[in-house]
Amino acid sequence: MTTGEPLIVLDGVNKWFGPLHVLDDVSLSVGRGEVVVVIGPSGSGKSTLCRTINRLEPINSGTITFDGTPLPAEGKALAKLRSEVGMVFQSFNLFAHKTILENVTLGPVKVRREKPAAARERGLALLDRVGIANQADKYPAQLSGGQQQRAAIARALAMQPKAMLFDEPTSALDPEMVGEVLEVMTSLARDGMTMVVVTHEMGFARHAANRVVFMADGQLVEEAPPTEFFANPRSERAKDFLSKILTH
Amino acid sequence: MSVLIDKFDVFAGGFWLTLQICVLAAIGALILGAVVAVLRISPVPPLRALGTGYVNVFRNMPLTVVMFFAAFGLPALGSNADFLRIPGLDAVFSRLGTDLPYFRFALIALVLYTAAFVCEALRSGVNAVPAGQAEAARSLGLTFGQNLRYVVLPQSWKASVVPLGSVIIAMIKNSALIGFFGVVGDLSATADQLTGAEGYAFIPVAIGISVGYLIMTVPLGALLDRIEKRQAVAR
Repeated sequence: MTTGEPLIVLDGVNKWFGPLHVLDDVSLSVGRGEVVVVIGPSGSGKSTLCRTINRLEPINSGTITFDGTPLPAEGKALAKLRSEVGMVFQSFNLFAHKTILENVTLGPVKVRREKPAAARERGLALLDRVGIANQADKYPAQLSGGQQQRAAIARALAMQPKAMLFDEPTSALDPEMVGEVLEVMTSLARDGMTMVVVTHEMGFARHAANRVVFMADGQLVEEAPPTEFFANPRSERAKDFLSKILTH
Repeated sequence: MSVLIDKFDVFAGGFWLTLQICVLAAIGALILGAVVAVLRISPVPPLRALGTGYVNVFRNMPLTVVMFFAAFGLPALGSNADFLRIPGLDAVFSRLGTDLPYFRFALIALVLYTAAFVCEALRSGVNAVPAGQAEAARSLGLTFGQNLRYVVLPQSWKASVVPLGSVIIAMIKNSALIGFFGVVGDLSATADQLTGAEGYAFIPVAIGISVGYLIMTVPLGALLDRIEKRQAVAR
């Protein structure tokens, strides 16, 4: 669990998309080994928040610090930082022209300059860990959504990241495939990975999160441990949100 | 129609010269166009502006004007384009090495002009690759160059092949202009020589010339169709 100084710190972060204030003075810190689940209605800025942490979205003001250093501007230093932060997307984004194993080994070989044989061996081990070792030589389009997302998680893990960002990892999946992806994520959380997870899966938030962060209209409205948040939301906005999603 | 048989060597000579300049110009335009395309999608704003400026200038100017600039501007600047007399290359493409620089001027104009279109064809391919592919590559820590090389470009060819083929075919036909800028003996200038100087009827000569261009463009089109079909299967 949380020890020492936090790994990810956002301080007074603001971002606009044109006139739209998508992140409104957001401050958040994530400790090492902590699992933070970000929930909120769509358009609340939670995906944007997740994407600012590895600077896929630049911010307009405020600071973001990762592992003690502020996010660098575009260039070599940023590439290095990104290699230390795994990212999993809603739409998987596996490289369509490469096999699953090639997807997993591209980063280690080209960014980390690992020997292809070593990267391959670790890649296969990771694919085994997420349960798709037998799909290694197939192309992404030949896999189901759940398998593709697990491959994407393996691809991110192959870089041996210090933290993992999940941007709605199960939102594009058929319902029966959500479980297999959440299972992999839960086991990662149990192994002590630092995770920021944007999701609508309240079950996952309840049992895997250390802390739930609730966002609305670009603001970070409320944060609390999951049991407390779900039993006793403090803000009206959170009560309203929970009443809408939990009654069905 | 006897002109086609009697003067076959003139047609063949014109064909050979046009083929030479087209091969050279296609290679040059593909290389330069790729460079400009990389500039236009680069994350560095000044480089992007440079690439955009290049395309705006050369895509919007008539080829005739570009050729005028090459044929009159370069000598005014004191250059006979001698840098194109590349040893070895000028043995195969003999006109590169001759004292009369018009072949080289025409080549430069064709390359500069066509590169703007090549750039846009390549870029349309890059734009056809879903944005998530490049985002995933960036989030792994790949640099801009690695991202292009390993992720984006290998997937962009598919969407570039067809427009790129059209650009090269258009370039072959555009090369017909070079005869009017001092290049003696290309395929289109053959018409001038045979009808003007030697008094042959125009229509048979024009048919001969058309066949010459078709010999270059039709197989190229067929080749592109095949490449496209193969990729359609692979997809």
